[in-house]
Amino acid sequence: MPFRPSARMVSRANVFDAKHKETPLPMNEILEGLVEAAKLIAAFDPELVEITLRSLQVTITAVVIAAAIGLPLGAWLAVMRFRSRRLVIALLNALMGLPPVVVGLIVYVLLSRSGPFGVLGLLFTPTAMIIAQVIIVTPLIASIAHQAIRDLWSEYHDLLISLNTTKRQRVATLLWDARRALLTACLAGFGRGIGEVGAIMIVGGNIDNATRVLTTAIALETGKGNFALALGLGFVLIALAIAVNLLMHSLSRTERSGTW
Amino acid sequence: MVSSILPLRIHAAEVKRRGTRLIGPIDLTLGGTGITIVLGPNGSGKTTLLRLMHGLERPAHGGLDWSIPEEEARGSRSFVFQTPTMMRRSVTDCIAYALRVAGTKRAEARARAREVATHVGLRHALDRSAQVLSGGEKQKLALARALIRDPEVLFLDEPCANLDGRATREIETILTDARSRGTRIVMSTHDLGQAARLADEIVFMLNGCVRELNGAETFFEKPATPEAHAFLNGQIVE
Repeated sequence: MPFRPSARMVSRANVFDAKHKETPLPMNEILEGLVEAAKLIAAFDPELVEITLRSLQVTITAVVIAAAIGLPLGAWLAVMRFRSRRLVIALLNALMGLPPVVVGLIVYVLLSRSGPFGVLGLLFTPTAMIIAQVIIVTPLIASIAHQAIRDLWSEYHDLLISLNTTKRQRVATLLWDARRALLTACLAGFGRGIGEVGAIMIVGGNIDNATRVLTTAIALETGKGNFALALGLGFVLIALAIAVNLLMHSLSRTERSGTW
Repeated sequence: MVSSILPLRIHAAEVKRRGTRLIGPIDLTLGGTGITIVLGPNGSGKTTLLRLMHGLERPAHGGLDWSIPEEEARGSRSFVFQTPTMMRRSVTDCIAYALRVAGTKRAEARARAREVATHVGLRHALDRSAQVLSGGEKQKLALARALIRDPEVLFLDEPCANLDGRATREIETILTDARSRGTRIVMSTHDLGQAARLADEIVFMLNGCVRELNGAETFFEKPATPEAHAFLNGQIVE
């Protein structure tokens, strides 16, 4: 027996068609976005260059600070034995999923005029955005670093103990020898930071020529209904993330020499 | 003048893990010169005894005393593991690492590492990654890393367990050379032939206890215990 849609189904389909009659097909929007991205890049749009550079400045600074905190912390947690170590590791892993909006809100409260650090006047500046990103990215880098270094430590343990190394030497050795895995941790942190919008929107304010970055610009254009431009900026963002990853791998010579 | 860390006196030492006795009680004195081979079947406690002597295991009961305080004695002994740990570095840097952590400057440590690597037959692999070496080369690297600090006592845990005849002979040559330069060697092995070739003294272990301690000649010709006799005759001893 052939399938016959019920009257209710037909009615629903008609309502759907009526709603979307005016809007272009999603595929067209994506293509338009790609064209828009190409146009922006080809024209070397000054505004695009500015927000792209600001995105890079904020995220790279945040990742460098987060790496300076997270990598030694991860190594220290792998090597040290103390009573609440498991609790700290569990907490660190949980913090990887820290909601950016909540981080943004907390940093906002701390940096607002009436907050404890209001006197510094950092709210709605790139520095505030960096602080928020450091809080978001550090647990991620520390947690990935801890897992990589823990595996290496189990391999190196007897050797480093037998060579009578100090704790500081052990941490330094593990950080150096796990550098490839730690680069991945930093790139993961960069990925999280460059694509983050919630926290930096709150603490940065998305101010033109001051705190606007790619993600907040995308959010703004989407809100205004400029989907093609928003998509274009999105493709620029993806291209940027890929380019930074390729550059880092190229500089660190991963996947080239034999096993190190 | 640097004072000797020997003799090592182990008195009623027991090693336990999670309440289970691994070895002991052990009474043993290690002194003099030459090569002491620790013999015994699997699970007899050879590795644990070596780890206890080197300070990688702590005695649950009893203790061990070097002739100088433990803190000072640590720097005068080295350990080669059955499965050598290859750091993610070049061969030169892997060997130099043992000196670097002892405070030697990088250039000096690397120069000395190249010398020692050449001595053990790794000249062709100085700049290669340690990770890609063959089994025999890895064991040579581990030996070079242990010898670079000129240890007074060198512990080796079955260093030739997974090596072929040629690699075994090369390792044995390095060991006899080290012995001739005054390094006191304590080594565990399953290989009776290797024990006969190298040993000046034999420690025979069974079920975590030292059953016999004798000169090599006496041990192989007239073992003092029936278990050692059976072991030498290829019988299964438990």
